[in-house]
Amino acid sequence: MSIRRHPGRKLAAIYAGGVVGALIRVGLAEAFPPAAGAWPWPTFAVNLAGALLLGYFFALLRDHPEESLAHPLLGTGICGTLTTFSTMQLELYELVDGGDLGLAALYCAATIAAGFAFLRLGVQLEERRPRWARWAP
Amino acid sequence: MSALGWIAVGLLGGLAAGARFVVDHEIGARFGGRFPLGILAVNLSGALALGLVAGAALDGDSLVIVAGGGIGSFTTFSTWILDSRRLAEADLVRLAALNIGLSVVAGFAAVALGHWLGSA
Repeated sequence: MSIRRHPGRKLAAIYAGGVVGALIRVGLAEAFPPAAGAWPWPTFAVNLAGALLLGYFFALLRDHPEESLAHPLLGTGICGTLTTFSTMQLELYELVDGGDLGLAALYCAATIAAGFAFLRLGVQLEERRPRWARWAP
Repeated sequence: MSALGWIAVGLLGGLAAGARFVVDHEIGARFGGRFPLGILAVNLSGALALGLVAGAALDGDSLVIVAGGGIGSFTTFSTWILDSRRLAEADLVRLAALNIGLSVVAGFAAVALGHWLGSA
């Protein structure tokens, strides 16, 4: 199995981040289940929060060594798992299936456009940190 | 949901994140180009699987665990957007647009196909 090429500590960091990301995303979806035909707020919120965080971490870890565990934990693990593509697509399908074509188109366009904007905002927040807050893991 | 259900969501979420990393890197290593083919494959296969599960009318805790903890964790939005931004920044705007457009259109088709197969 080619899985041997992937170091165990890296996979462990991704696993740990994945546990956290999944619990937050599913927890929000369970706490605030959207009604049929309504804007899917929980997925929208986690996708944008994850894009913001990933932009921040991406900028923060730009010059980080390849073998560092910060990127697998924070990027692939937490941000990658906090956000979801498949749930968004299922929500789009259900909106279209329910006849809410306009809402589906708006949800799709808004998620992608705001995703880019929040990612950029995350990068900018990192770059504009005051000197005293210059910390890197 | 029961405490056991939440534990399952966490455990599956971690596994799915690891699986995403491995699939992404294996595909990238084999068909490595500038286009993020690995994440596209992850996201489309996840969309197909989620359509199947939804079409099969799984419900209750098992749906939350499998769909939310497993499949939802396997696929990713943030990496997809970051990859697209990096393509655009490298002056590969067409590839960035392709990554967005293809994912949306094929992802929708994958959910629809999965739903149809699952409810058949």
